[in-house]
Amino acid sequence: MNIPTHLKYTKSHEWVKLEEDGTVTTGITIHAQELLGDMVFVEIPQAGRHLKQGEECAVVESVKAAADVYAPISGEVITINPELESAPEKINEDAHSAWLYKINPSNIEELNDLLDSSEYQKILESEAH
Amino acid sequence: MLIFEHSRPGRCNYSQSPTAETRTSNIPQNLMRKKPPMLPEVSEMDAVRHYTRLSQKNFSIDTEFYPLGSCTMKYNPRACNSLAMLPQFLSRHPLAPEDTGQGYLACMYELQEILKDVTGMKSVSLTPMAGAQGELIGVAMIRAYHESRGDRARTEIIIPDAAHGTNPATAVMCGYKVVEISTDKEGDVDMDALKAAVGPQTAGLMLTNPSTLGVFEKNIVEMSRLVHEAGGLLYYDGANLNAILGKVKPGDMGFDVIHMNLHKTFSTPHGGGGPGSAPVGVADRLLPFIPVPVVTIDKGIYRWVTEKEIPQSIGRFSAHMGNSGVLLRAYIYSRLLGAEGMHRIAEFATLNANYLMKELSKAGFEIAYPNRRASHEFIVTLKDLKEKTGITAMDVAKRLIDKGFHAPTTYFPLLVPECLLIEPAETESKETLDSFVLSMKEILEEAYTDPEMLKTAPHTTSLQRLDDVKAARELDLTWKQ
Repeated sequence: MNIPTHLKYTKSHEWVKLEEDGTVTTGITIHAQELLGDMVFVEIPQAGRHLKQGEECAVVESVKAAADVYAPISGEVITINPELESAPEKINEDAHSAWLYKINPSNIEELNDLLDSSEYQKILESEAH
Repeated sequence: MLIFEHSRPGRCNYSQSPTAETRTSNIPQNLMRKKPPMLPEVSEMDAVRHYTRLSQKNFSIDTEFYPLGSCTMKYNPRACNSLAMLPQFLSRHPLAPEDTGQGYLACMYELQEILKDVTGMKSVSLTPMAGAQGELIGVAMIRAYHESRGDRARTEIIIPDAAHGTNPATAVMCGYKVVEISTDKEGDVDMDALKAAVGPQTAGLMLTNPSTLGVFEKNIVEMSRLVHEAGGLLYYDGANLNAILGKVKPGDMGFDVIHMNLHKTFSTPHGGGGPGSAPVGVADRLLPFIPVPVVTIDKGIYRWVTEKEIPQSIGRFSAHMGNSGVLLRAYIYSRLLGAEGMHRIAEFATLNANYLMKELSKAGFEIAYPNRRASHEFIVTLKDLKEKTGITAMDVAKRLIDKGFHAPTTYFPLLVPECLLIEPAETESKETLDSFVLSMKEILEEAYTDPEMLKTAPHTTSLQRLDDVKAARELDLTWKQ
């Protein structure tokens, strides 16, 4: 499976990208969208909302199930992906470019709590059994 | 084709038209219709043919094996229908005085007693109109209990990740935060996760036992002790009561409140949005909060018990007392079975499920929890099959329709990938189970020899594979001219 090495990951299957300007972009992983199947609805937190690491902050709904998405790090939501409301299938097409929201981190150290690609790969392997 | 599309102006079923002109005089002019309602105009024959055709397209328990897991699709005995439709029941007005409805009230009182007895609870209210409402009432009583004690620090309800989706929805509707706990490799609730989750903030635990994984929670007594010691209450989701009916009582496991789906365990008609019914039973702590009305007996006379006698009742949830026609069917079903028959339900439901599980395992299907004995249902996972052939649980489910079987529950519980949750129920014969296994074997072979046949199934229905993604994304629920 495609698990890019320049991204960080959570156990709950979010991907995290540290941008050059110090903001963080996040979305759900290819594995997560594969488990859920065809997306029909996405609910993203509003810009301006302050999130705590690990907080439930978004919902992705597929034909099979609705799943919570968790904030990978704490901070303020600065912008959301406007495309997903009318085209949630973009997550199925390319989970890594279909970001959900960008966050201005309040504690950049929290990035160290996240998994790198090889650790995430191991999680996927252990879940497979 | 919709009945509206058969409509032609002026066409009418005269034999059923009103014979006398009746007008209501006390409706204000501004509320009167200016134009007649847009009802379909069809002849009697058109209407009969339309609905007969629809019924022929339907898959139902009356025509096919229906092993829909966690739904308990069992045969609905005809005696229950014919007795519940006696004219004395049908024409009874819900507001009729108690002394003209003693027979009906006696049935309801006895049903309350039977349900109390079979669940080990102290009191039963028949008023909830459906499973989801039963849950709402159950958790609302838990809330009322804590509030009556001035204990407002309890803000959380603990729910295992294997639970039905209605459980967290109910907790949230009642203003609680949901704390999800995980399941271990054998399908039991993870006891360490439970220990970590309980505390002074715990209002209660919602549990289905046997769980949706088709296994009986081995540690239920310990779980019950942990939650009670922390000051929380235990909620029993009765979705899977069929597996233990007459064998184990939720009251004995320590549950404080239970809802029972009569349309599952007590064989009242089920599905198609038909009338549900979910009486709630309570143990001592929740007695003061039970919804009204309930029926009692004084000196041989049956009567209603209302808010006057249960002042802390959380109130009324249906206009009168639940779906009376459904309650009558459940009452008759219980009386047909008797106590001995109820034991046989649990025994045969469990026997059928375990037989089917073993036979499917022999036929090459992977069982999700092979080390556990099934309760009344079990899970097959097609994860390996998908990896090898690309065939999914949905493809197998659709192909089963071609073979004359309703599909099992698919993709639930979410914990098990590519799963089929199979519940045969006690009313099926060995011959039916064997022919289901044979069809599953054929489908497994087809997955390797003719996968396209599965990918494009069903082939024998009036509509082929539907685009459920499009249906979910572009909801279209209303007929428009």
